[in-house]
Amino acid sequence: MAVTTIQLNGRPVEVSAEGDTPLLWVLRGELHLTGTKFGCGIAACGACTVHLDGQAVRSCVTPLSAVGARAVTTIEGLSGPDADALFASWTDLDVAQCGYCQPGQIMSACALIRANPQPSDGEIDAAMSGNVCRCGTYPRVRAAVRQATAPRGPSVSSTP
Amino acid sequence: MKRRTFVVGAVAAAGALGVGWTLFPPRGRMGDGSQIPEGSGESALNGWVKIGTDNTVTVIMSKSEMGQGIHTTLAMLLADELDADWSQVRIEMAPVGDPIYNNIATVVDGLPFHPDDHGLIQRTTAWLTAKTMREAGVMITGGSSSVKDLWLPMRQAGASTRALLVSAAAATWKVPEAGITVMRGVLSHTDGRRATFGEMIATASTMKLRDDAPLKTAAQFTLIGKPMRRLESAAKQRGTATFGIDVVIPGMQYASVVMCPVLGGTVASIDGAAAKLLPGVKQIVTLNGYNGGTGGVAVIADTPWHAMKAAKAVKVNWNDGTMAGVSSAGLMQKLSATLDTDDGHAYLERGNVDDALAAATQQVKAEYQAPFLAHAAMEPINCTVQFADGKATVWASTQVPGLARRAVGKALGIASDQVTMKVQLLGGGFGRRLDVDFIAQAAAIAKAANGVAVQTIWSREEDIRHDFYRPACVSRFSAGLDASGKLLAWRNVSAGQSVVGATVGRYFGLPASPIDKTTSEGSFDQPYEYPAARVGHAIVDLPVPTGFWRAVGHSHQAFFTEGFMDEVAVAAKADPVAFRLALLANHPRHARVLTRVAEIAGWSAPLAAGAEGTRRGRGVALHESFGSVVAQVAEVTIAADNTLRVDRVVCVIDCGMPVNPNMIQQQVESGVVFGLSAALFDEITIADGRVTQGNFNDYRPLRMSECPAIVVDIIPSTEHPEGVGEPPLPPVAPAVANAIFAATGTRLRSLPLRLS
Repeated sequence: MAVTTIQLNGRPVEVSAEGDTPLLWVLRGELHLTGTKFGCGIAACGACTVHLDGQAVRSCVTPLSAVGARAVTTIEGLSGPDADALFASWTDLDVAQCGYCQPGQIMSACALIRANPQPSDGEIDAAMSGNVCRCGTYPRVRAAVRQATAPRGPSVSSTP
Repeated sequence: MKRRTFVVGAVAAAGALGVGWTLFPPRGRMGDGSQIPEGSGESALNGWVKIGTDNTVTVIMSKSEMGQGIHTTLAMLLADELDADWSQVRIEMAPVGDPIYNNIATVVDGLPFHPDDHGLIQRTTAWLTAKTMREAGVMITGGSSSVKDLWLPMRQAGASTRALLVSAAAATWKVPEAGITVMRGVLSHTDGRRATFGEMIATASTMKLRDDAPLKTAAQFTLIGKPMRRLESAAKQRGTATFGIDVVIPGMQYASVVMCPVLGGTVASIDGAAAKLLPGVKQIVTLNGYNGGTGGVAVIADTPWHAMKAAKAVKVNWNDGTMAGVSSAGLMQKLSATLDTDDGHAYLERGNVDDALAAATQQVKAEYQAPFLAHAAMEPINCTVQFADGKATVWASTQVPGLARRAVGKALGIASDQVTMKVQLLGGGFGRRLDVDFIAQAAAIAKAANGVAVQTIWSREEDIRHDFYRPACVSRFSAGLDASGKLLAWRNVSAGQSVVGATVGRYFGLPASPIDKTTSEGSFDQPYEYPAARVGHAIVDLPVPTGFWRAVGHSHQAFFTEGFMDEVAVAAKADPVAFRLALLANHPRHARVLTRVAEIAGWSAPLAAGAEGTRRGRGVALHESFGSVVAQVAEVTIAADNTLRVDRVVCVIDCGMPVNPNMIQQQVESGVVFGLSAALFDEITIADGRVTQGNFNDYRPLRMSECPAIVVDIIPSTEHPEGVGEPPLPPVAPAVANAIFAATGTRLRSLPLRLS
């Protein structure tokens, strides 16, 4: 089987998979990076969202052969001040429920705010509507993206 | 370091559930600690908590975490009575098999009594059922029952552990217990001496457990009632939380499954020659339909992708079975036709409804319909099994680990005590993971793998096309009004399949009962004070596999009942809120919830107009389910092209004492969104025995851009905590349908709601 090198979370990683293997299954099945989730297999739910050179893409329909030299970032490798702001607001607003879609939500949100640091509500909705959540975390996802991009202020704590 | 088992208190446990929460703490469910494995430095003082010499407080969970925040909320119950340091609290899943972990509340809740009925027969039946479930029940997460079920056992376990630690400190320090206080994991004496739980646990675990530890009063709670954040939140954000599908066993292989497209079909023959030549393929396995599932073929391979590709390459001849030729349109006609001749089993009879209808000056009649629905949880169906040396280990996202263990034993031909269940986080359950078809199937697949662990993953299409569906239902109403618009009579009968009948058959091989409360719940058990009423349901035997779907019967019966209530209010020329309130004179709890939602939604003032060319409307619904009362007001805008937008949903819930208001608010948001997906979009249709829909493109969830603003209000209460996971869902569909009527004058009586 062909060995391919991909740039994954800042490091070169060798994978042995056919070129038609979706990046999702390379990550999950070969590298056991299970933070990127399988949801639909047809780019209809966003659970598998990763970044390719900073762009949010659905890894379930991205064949390994299409990745090339582009930098792959998964939830395990997501870092930086934008990511930290998102994680902080996600924690503060206690967004997750079952949590299965949440890494994909955060990957989409991070790509959004890196491209557009002060998105409007409409822009948030447009960028996040490809990410399905069956539990119904949408109101809190929306609020968390808004909070992560708002000018810094004291956050409201909901726990003693 | 075990002590005597507590004297069995099953009678007390049953009594507490049957007659009230302040009486007879169910100490029979505490256990002596022998149920749970102790790690290095850990001591289990009872079946619900371990304390480590490193001060870790490990709370044992008999309930599955599927998004409802139950691990956090149950840990609060125990940690509050223990006066633990919340930052030291950890979670561990309970082992399967000990009766202390059996769910009592959900089965008692399933008895076919009206909530107002506290008569001798109701009390006796509830008592006997609770006693039976205590001994012979199952470990189950469902029916919005977890807090109700464990409100006392978790608190009693915490209080008892605290008492032991105090005794240990008193003995060590040679002081009276009265001088010792406990706060945030630290024991302190008035003389200034202090010790952590970890320093006292060794001594505590040698002491005889007292069974008289007092429980706190509501005023003494430090965690209960506070909006606490989810314990596993960070792991879920970072992708390190382990769902069933994330389990990695060294050397494991993966299986992909293709099942007969016709529900219930089987394999006639297979040709795997082409598939075997594909990369990574290890085995091709022919599958029966397990525990109510459909037959099919699995391919085991070295990677998930290899398994998926090869599974599609297997050529299969199917035996379509009895569902061939069946269409959902035909089934709906059959349900409707049933109502022409069958009055069903009467779950509510009050007065002489036919005489009252005949005496009415105005009659209102309508027929309502709801379709089959799939669960479509975000985590696709999967299960990992390793079978070697006559023993099996199962890693699964399941709501029923005890039933799963039994099903695996049966599939592998071994005793169930040779099966170890490792329950993982659930990426959504909604009732789908109350079924064990996929777990038994994964065991049968692993049996072919010669001791290697195999993770079986269904595609989304298999998940949606081989579900156990929310039953379709048809419901007919007649109501009678007098000349002044006062309601005189309410007659309702619905027809559909019995989920309980189907599941007891799948779980236990038992015949279906002619009475199934879940078929009629949401219709017969509502608080309205009809002067005369008959509410019945006719069970119709159809071949579609059905299962528990979030809120079960309430999910559609609330749409029917509250939609028709709105029609009757319109016929009476009454305000929908005032019309309902007039029927709640002796139900102050319900009246208060309804009044509150009207206040918050600004019901008494006109709804603000929308943009030019749009029509706006507002609708209300009130519904009781799983012991909780919920009222919602939905506001909608309909554009000139008839596209519908739900702008805002205001929701008030009375769920008894709000244990964790943060989780309650999350569940309200969740119920509204999940309910809106079903109300606006979702429908499973069947053509020639095959489910038409297959993925999120044609079984369409609500998306963020379509999500309304959701306003949540929780009624303060000191009553026994009631259900939260399901009650917010049922009122959404009728509130939106009633809002559409208010905006357009069009009455929609069929789900999903379609304006054109």
